[in-house]
Amino acid sequence: MSRSVVRKATNVIALTLSGAATVAGLICLGAILWTLIKNGFAGLSLQVFTQMTPPPGSSGGLLNAIYGSLIMTAIGILIGTPIGVMAGTYLAEYGRNARISNVIRFVNDVLLSAPSIIVGLFVYEMIVVRMGHFSAIAGAFALAVIAMPVTVRTTEDMLRLVPQGMKDASTALGAYPWRTVVSVVYPAARSGIVTGLLLAVARVSGETAPLLFTSINNQFWSTNLNSEMANLPVVIYQFAQSPYKEWQQLAWTGALLITVAILLLSITARVVVSALQPSRRR
Amino acid sequence: MRTADEMRASVNLAPRPAAVDPPAVEEEKTKITVRNLDFYYGAARALKNINLSLNDRSITAFIGPSGCGKSTLLRVINRMYALYAGHRATGEVLLDGENILSPTVDVANLRFRVGMVFQKPTPFPMSIFDNVAFGVRLSQRISRSALAERVEAALRDAAMWDEVKDKLSQDGRSLSGGQQQRLCIARTIAMRPEVVLFDEPTAALDPISTLRIEEMLQSLREQYCIAIVTHNLQQAARVSNVTAFLYLGEVIEAGPTAQMFTAPRDKRTDDYVTGRFG
Amino acid sequence: MDQANFGLIGARHVARQRIWERLFAGTTFVAALLVLALLGGVTVALFKGAWPALAHFKFGFLTTEIWNPVTEKFGALAPIYGTLVTSAIAMAIAIPVSFGIAIFLTELSPSWLKRPVGVAIELLAAVPSIIFGIWGLFVLAPLLQRHVQPWLIENFSGLPWIGSLFRGPPFGIGVLTAGLVLAIMVLPFISSVMRDVFETVPDVLKESGYGLGATTWEVIWNVVLPHSRAGVVGGVMLGLGRALGETMAVTFVIGNAHRISASLLAPSTTISATIANEFTEAVGDLYNSSLIALGVLLFLITFTVIAAARIMLLRLDRRALSSV
Repeated sequence: MSRSVVRKATNVIALTLSGAATVAGLICLGAILWTLIKNGFAGLSLQVFTQMTPPPGSSGGLLNAIYGSLIMTAIGILIGTPIGVMAGTYLAEYGRNARISNVIRFVNDVLLSAPSIIVGLFVYEMIVVRMGHFSAIAGAFALAVIAMPVTVRTTEDMLRLVPQGMKDASTALGAYPWRTVVSVVYPAARSGIVTGLLLAVARVSGETAPLLFTSINNQFWSTNLNSEMANLPVVIYQFAQSPYKEWQQLAWTGALLITVAILLLSITARVVVSALQPSRRR
Repeated sequence: MRTADEMRASVNLAPRPAAVDPPAVEEEKTKITVRNLDFYYGAARALKNINLSLNDRSITAFIGPSGCGKSTLLRVINRMYALYAGHRATGEVLLDGENILSPTVDVANLRFRVGMVFQKPTPFPMSIFDNVAFGVRLSQRISRSALAERVEAALRDAAMWDEVKDKLSQDGRSLSGGQQQRLCIARTIAMRPEVVLFDEPTAALDPISTLRIEEMLQSLREQYCIAIVTHNLQQAARVSNVTAFLYLGEVIEAGPTAQMFTAPRDKRTDDYVTGRFG
Repeated sequence: MDQANFGLIGARHVARQRIWERLFAGTTFVAALLVLALLGGVTVALFKGAWPALAHFKFGFLTTEIWNPVTEKFGALAPIYGTLVTSAIAMAIAIPVSFGIAIFLTELSPSWLKRPVGVAIELLAAVPSIIFGIWGLFVLAPLLQRHVQPWLIENFSGLPWIGSLFRGPPFGIGVLTAGLVLAIMVLPFISSVMRDVFETVPDVLKESGYGLGATTWEVIWNVVLPHSRAGVVGGVMLGLGRALGETMAVTFVIGNAHRISASLLAPSTTISATIANEFTEAVGDLYNSSLIALGVLLFLITFTVIAAARIMLLRLDRRALSSV
């Protein structure tokens, strides 16, 4: 066979394979979403939102789990994101070229990619052991630890996009740096920071491992932050592995709820970002 | 031997306007004196032994080829260089006799008195009213009605009150380029500074906006001490009373604009002004 | 000076501005230091919790397969093995497939298709890992058990070398299944890093290749890939770090057996799956401490991989800036 035939054939094969790979990836996505929608929808009813998680063998809902997830996510975001925004402000404004900033950025990136179960163990040692019992506040804290590096990264990226000329103009009017940041830079980067917030919420909502040994789960309705609290991911984790049909169904429905919430948040964030700035640093 | 007007014509300079001297009001009062100023970017010396005066109620133009230190000099006067590490100045810059390079001077306060307009218009992400009011709110406690008066006065001085008076709550970024620059000027003069520094204010604008701003400068001249850095020799000739020519970080020559453009003393000034280099 | 200083606030105002400035700047600095403190805290907390087990078992912890809560003998060998093998399978599948997707998105796809497909792949990344886990348990495992695994056993278990990889009853769950689920999980990460990196290759470089008569594939393999090597490796290593630490996707389908066996169809366990499954029921300090010691191992492994990946990507950023 002549060389050029071989080369052409290789080309066709390689490109076909990459097309096939893409199709395979899309099929997987489709299969997962399809199963999720089909099974989750089957159990979707008003009852899911009005009743508590049931004992094995009987039917019920996910109200306590939904509540717990909302509360712990909210508290976690409330603790983690302000710290993240402040740290991101330091990296983008005050300490942009300081040597320690490079170390901080590196460490932040490592924390960003670290396994979340490690975070769970950390919070277990720091809070659960000290308190002597599991608690929702420990769970919220674990979520805060996960939300923080995400927020640091997105805040720094967004603040850096604000043009230097705008900051110079504010300085030339006699504003101190804090005033420039608060009155000019933050408003200018407003949509970017909000997007970062949405992404942090999306990231945190699906995390199971950090909650496994901090807030664990609670079969009953509880608003007590000082004790175990139900939440969707751990409920799914326990119910899916059980042999009870009702529990398995609730697991699928819960999974659907989480996924829909996260996809909505991600899409919203994406829409806001692309309307604002096309380029993004990785 | 060419006449002054022939030389001006040969480089497309408009013939010297008949009455170029400002109405002789009072004797010229020195507002800013620069004495033995050196400026360093790290180890490199960008300004060498600058000695210069800026008069009140007068426009001084800084001209010179790119990289000669014009903007650097301007930024020393309101200590903008302090934002960047490794930039330092030695010598004295006296504002009404007080050395503003001294470390005891509060830099923010200095900038209330010495304002700056940049080359690129940078409206803040807020309403037109808030843009103009920004600096005023920083520097003083002022009642809402007094603030509204200040904003209106500033916008009038910047020749844009009629254009924006009905849309003061619109975002500043919604204006056109020339309007944005005039907004930035209004923002600066709303502070009622004593000195206003312009760093190539019309370089990014179309000719009509440029003309409007130059007309505005003429009226501002009656109230402020103005320094303007410009690449545009015709602009310097049109607008300023005094011109300083900088080259490679030194003031080669400074004097009344008319004289600088027609009969400069230094050959390098002559070469630059007539376009033999630039 | 005939400017009236109406209410120009003097020294007190300035002093107050200075205080605000110091407060604000200080707060941002403290927050930034908290990032470092967090890493330090995690390290300290983990080592503290793991110390009893590490001191007790010493090096043997890494080499023992036994995991017996009753006799209180714990060894990390099985979880380590499971972690490495599932990640290896995941990488073996995900790298070529991601490569294919990245090629499709950068070279083949018509422009109207690029965004939707790209977004779809990134949506896959947003799906939380527990979804992959239950999908693996309820859909993939039965599928493999009924159709794929019997076929594998029938056709391969008799062969000399690789036969041992496919022995044993078709459980459906096991190392292979976990590896597959992991592969699907890390696919979006690796492919989007690869795609981003491929897109930074300057057009002039590719055009030179085409100008010499190279086919699309040859340009990709000989021009694009070498140019973006650091980024590709960095992206792959980030994906590896993700796979090594993944808990939820794996724990449903790995089988949770503290055993090492040659067969890919056998159940096993990974470090994170062990911790997830056993932590809340661990009785006894040594048991608890051994699980945390597993956490320390995982932390060390993933930290090394992720740090190396970030360094590589940093180098790529710097090079991209200088070559533009």
